[in-house]
Amino acid sequence: MTPGSNVETKTAALRPRANTETAALPQRLHGLRALAGHRAIWPLLALALILAVDGAISPGFFNVRIVEGRLFGNLIDILYRAMPTAVVALGMAVVIGTKGIDLSVGSVIAIVGAVITWRIHSGDPHLVVLMAALAVGVLCGLWNGFLVAVLDIQPIIATLILMVSGRGIGLMINLLYGGTNPSFTSPLLQGLSVGHIGLVPTRIILGAAIFGALWLLIRRTALGLFLESVGGNSAAADLAGINARLIKYAAYVICGFCAAWAGVVLAADTHTSDPVSIGLYIELDAILAVVIGGGSLSGGRIYLGMTVLGALIIQALTTSILTSGLPPEYNLVVKAFVVIVVLLLQSDNLRAALSKGFTGRKR
Amino acid sequence: MSERYLPLLATIAVFSALFITGGLLYNNFLSTLVLGDILADNAFVIIAAIGTTFVILSGGIDLSIGSMIGFVGVVMANLDPLGWHPLASGAAMLAFGLGFGALQGLIIDFCEIQPFIVTLAGLFLLRGSCFMINLDSVPIQHPFVAAFAATSIPLPGGGFLASSAIVMLVALAIAIVIAHFTRFGANIYAIGGDRVSAALMGVPMRRTTVAIYALGGFYSALGGVIYALYTSSGYPLAGTGNELTAIASVVLGGTVLTGGVGMVAGTLFGGMILGLIATLINFNGSLNGAWIMISGGVLLFLFIVMQRSLLSSFRLRGVA
Repeated sequence: MTPGSNVETKTAALRPRANTETAALPQRLHGLRALAGHRAIWPLLALALILAVDGAISPGFFNVRIVEGRLFGNLIDILYRAMPTAVVALGMAVVIGTKGIDLSVGSVIAIVGAVITWRIHSGDPHLVVLMAALAVGVLCGLWNGFLVAVLDIQPIIATLILMVSGRGIGLMINLLYGGTNPSFTSPLLQGLSVGHIGLVPTRIILGAAIFGALWLLIRRTALGLFLESVGGNSAAADLAGINARLIKYAAYVICGFCAAWAGVVLAADTHTSDPVSIGLYIELDAILAVVIGGGSLSGGRIYLGMTVLGALIIQALTTSILTSGLPPEYNLVVKAFVVIVVLLLQSDNLRAALSKGFTGRKR
Repeated sequence: MSERYLPLLATIAVFSALFITGGLLYNNFLSTLVLGDILADNAFVIIAAIGTTFVILSGGIDLSIGSMIGFVGVVMANLDPLGWHPLASGAAMLAFGLGFGALQGLIIDFCEIQPFIVTLAGLFLLRGSCFMINLDSVPIQHPFVAAFAATSIPLPGGGFLASSAIVMLVALAIAIVIAHFTRFGANIYAIGGDRVSAALMGVPMRRTTVAIYALGGFYSALGGVIYALYTSSGYPLAGTGNELTAIASVVLGGTVLTGGVGMVAGTLFGGMILGLIATLINFNGSLNGAWIMISGGVLLFLFIVMQRSLLSSFRLRGVA
């Protein structure tokens, strides 16, 4: 057996579904059908459809212009607003790849916001505050990793603990120096969040940088393979000599870091520490983004680019509801329907039943 | 004495310890009055949590509970001015809960999508529907609501068992019968213990899964009806986050989240522990809501660690 084929069987074993798809490929290589089989096609179509509807409703939706030395326009706005969720979703994709889940990201954001405001009020240099904020995220990741990897607690429950208590911790930090929802100003942090470098908003550049770094880490080092193999079969990965415990730790730390970054952006955006409402439901949006992007909650697969696509779909939906003039109350219902449709399209059983119905009708 | 009662006993022990602590700290805490209040205040969420117990016992999860509670209340409040008796609109909402749950179960089983995601879509759908119907709190003015609130059974020691608590206890009794004395109940434990084995043994997977989520939907709708009657209003934000309270109640009640192990009766005490903590913090007065969240998290942590060690002493780890 050549080394090449060895690697191939290994990755094939890690991705059973991808394997059956490649096996069935010769029969499927008929133009559109092959395209329809690609995992990126449904989410891409969904995004294109949402944007097309927007373009039809409001002419000039796609206009991008330069105002006050930076890019403006609906497309830029979607990217801009999607960035915190997209970065949280990237971390979530890594955790979900190890067959885990992290419900605590919203709470981590609340804690990070509280720590930033607290340390700025204490007069720390703002660069130190930034480092402290990111360190808090890493610390939260270590705690979740400890519960999952060492105590062997189910990830949903392990991270539920921090999810339940995290916003309380944020409120306690606020109370340390008095006041509810204290505000702050910091040119450095606000520059990272709402500023721009050249024409492009800083948070988009930083989000792209995090995506790039994570992509290199996952696809150009062995870590990605380890993460996916731990998610595919933790016991087998352990027997194969991978330290599954360490890999799970790494996944939760990455997720904690990503959440902390989103916390910096969101807290600097609102200028306040508001632990009750900052990043509310972001864990659900992030998980949705991963799932819309084709990631399976049963682990073993990490699709970074698709995850960002998922986050963009969610934000494009919100933006289009706002621009279409529908009341914002419709947002959740429309979101629910799109999620259901995207998920149903990815279901093999339903697709089989549907195509059976279509071919049956033809005959 | 069977080992499977140990988690339940631990839950009851924690509840008693907390209750006695309250009695030592505050005068008049250790009374049926306080106990009755805790039961009445938390009846709706405990009812919803009882339904969730079945879902979790089967190895699934239901995130749509809180939204269901809000949605039921909003619809009942909007049917009230149209002349609907609260019992009629309540019954209609129970049927809706049953159907909605069944639909979620069907999607989960047929499309093989994780329960987490399907019920998350359910959460969005129901909460969004609340906002679409109305954005304000709407009162339910039917005289039945006042009559319902006034009904109670006096307890020895000056306390009262409110009508909502009575409904909750009846719902609990029915749930205990379903879980422990029916074939359907045994099937739930079998699926939660090991899906593949259960399927091989001939458990009707699709029918059982649909029924489990239908039962969960029914109980959360019942929780919503009780909440609407108890607060005599429908508010679109009602029940926000109650899915977490319900799940936490189930876990504190000794049910293991991987499924297959646990008891419905434990959920009552799990929910009461959370209610007791809130009451203790209210009695103190100087502590605030942040403490409720943090102590809830600490308790969850302690219970889960305790369950892990208990489970490994049962040699049941292979089940997880």
